[in-house]
Amino acid sequence: MTVVGYTRTAKSLHWLVAVLIIANLGLGLTMVDMPGITPTKLRYFNWHKWVGVTIFGLVVLRIVWRLAHRPPALPDSMPRWERRAAAVSHAALYVLMFALPLSGYFYSLAAGFPVVYLGLLPLPVLIEPDPALKETLVTLHHVLAWAMMALLLVHVAAALKHRFVDRDAVLQRMLWRLER
Amino acid sequence: MNTRRFLLAAMLLCAASAVPAQTIDPARSSVSATFKQMGVPVEGKFKKVGGQVGYDPANPTAAQAKVDVDVASFDLGDAQYNHEVQQKDWFDGARFPAASFVSSSVKAVGAGRLEVGGKLTIKGRSVSVNVPLSVRNDAGTTLFEGSVPIRRLAFAIGEGEWKDTALLADEVIVKFRLVVAAAK
Repeated sequence: MTVVGYTRTAKSLHWLVAVLIIANLGLGLTMVDMPGITPTKLRYFNWHKWVGVTIFGLVVLRIVWRLAHRPPALPDSMPRWERRAAAVSHAALYVLMFALPLSGYFYSLAAGFPVVYLGLLPLPVLIEPDPALKETLVTLHHVLAWAMMALLLVHVAAALKHRFVDRDAVLQRMLWRLER
Repeated sequence: MNTRRFLLAAMLLCAASAVPAQTIDPARSSVSATFKQMGVPVEGKFKKVGGQVGYDPANPTAAQAKVDVDVASFDLGDAQYNHEVQQKDWFDGARFPAASFVSSSVKAVGAGRLEVGGKLTIKGRSVSVNVPLSVRNDAGTTLFEGSVPIRRLAFAIGEGEWKDTALLADEVIVKFRLVVAAAK
């Protein structure tokens, strides 16, 4: 059986974004638990923002690539509800990959901290500092982060189910070494 | 002869005597400090500013100023940060509650522009600074505005781990706007 996989570009973007999202979730959870104000905490906050901006940029590329390249077909053996669930959860992942960095970006602006990418490139200040909005956005950012973690678990669980329970080729489409 | 002597004495007296000082209007004056944290500009405002300015537009170089800033009034817009900057590594507000600038020389450098030399004291450390500023009259008041770059490490602002200038730049821009009643 030959498996038609995703394009090399799609795979690269997928795994790069995957690593960055997991790293940034870990960084985010770590930094908000750090007590007081320390140099390490400030560094983590800045790195978190830079990684978030990077993810946002890569996700834009992913969407452009995805629109131009049809993903490989799902196996015929997949029931209809699974195809539905896959389509919905992938759409939700894309929404979160946009909404999570954006909510963080606007949270930072509302808190009065413009984002300077890599400490070098000042990004647009689109809103004025706003303490009330800041509170709303930080809550939104956290809710979206938990939603992302939940959805990632579903995503990984589904991939593993395809590989080890259904024993179909769905996961292999996103891997480099295509198995027979 | 007597008259000439009297006039001469009067002129000398005038030149020597300080221009009458006016109290800085705290409600309309402000002093802020802008620093960069990993490239991100952050501005804090001193909410309590006071002092005296003696300024006569007819004799600007005789001007004198003493500006006092209440260090505890530094506001970064966040209660946790405001608390942090009063700690020993930063302003050490408990030991050094006031920062001040005292002028020692004034040069006129153009229309409505002065360069004021003096001593800036923060956290018990004094550094000589030259402060360029503009002067203008505004509805019965005199308004002094300007900004001056200073080095935070010269005042031991941010000690220990915070000395790292890659994290927190050494340069801090102090911006001020001081309002006094216009000299009559």
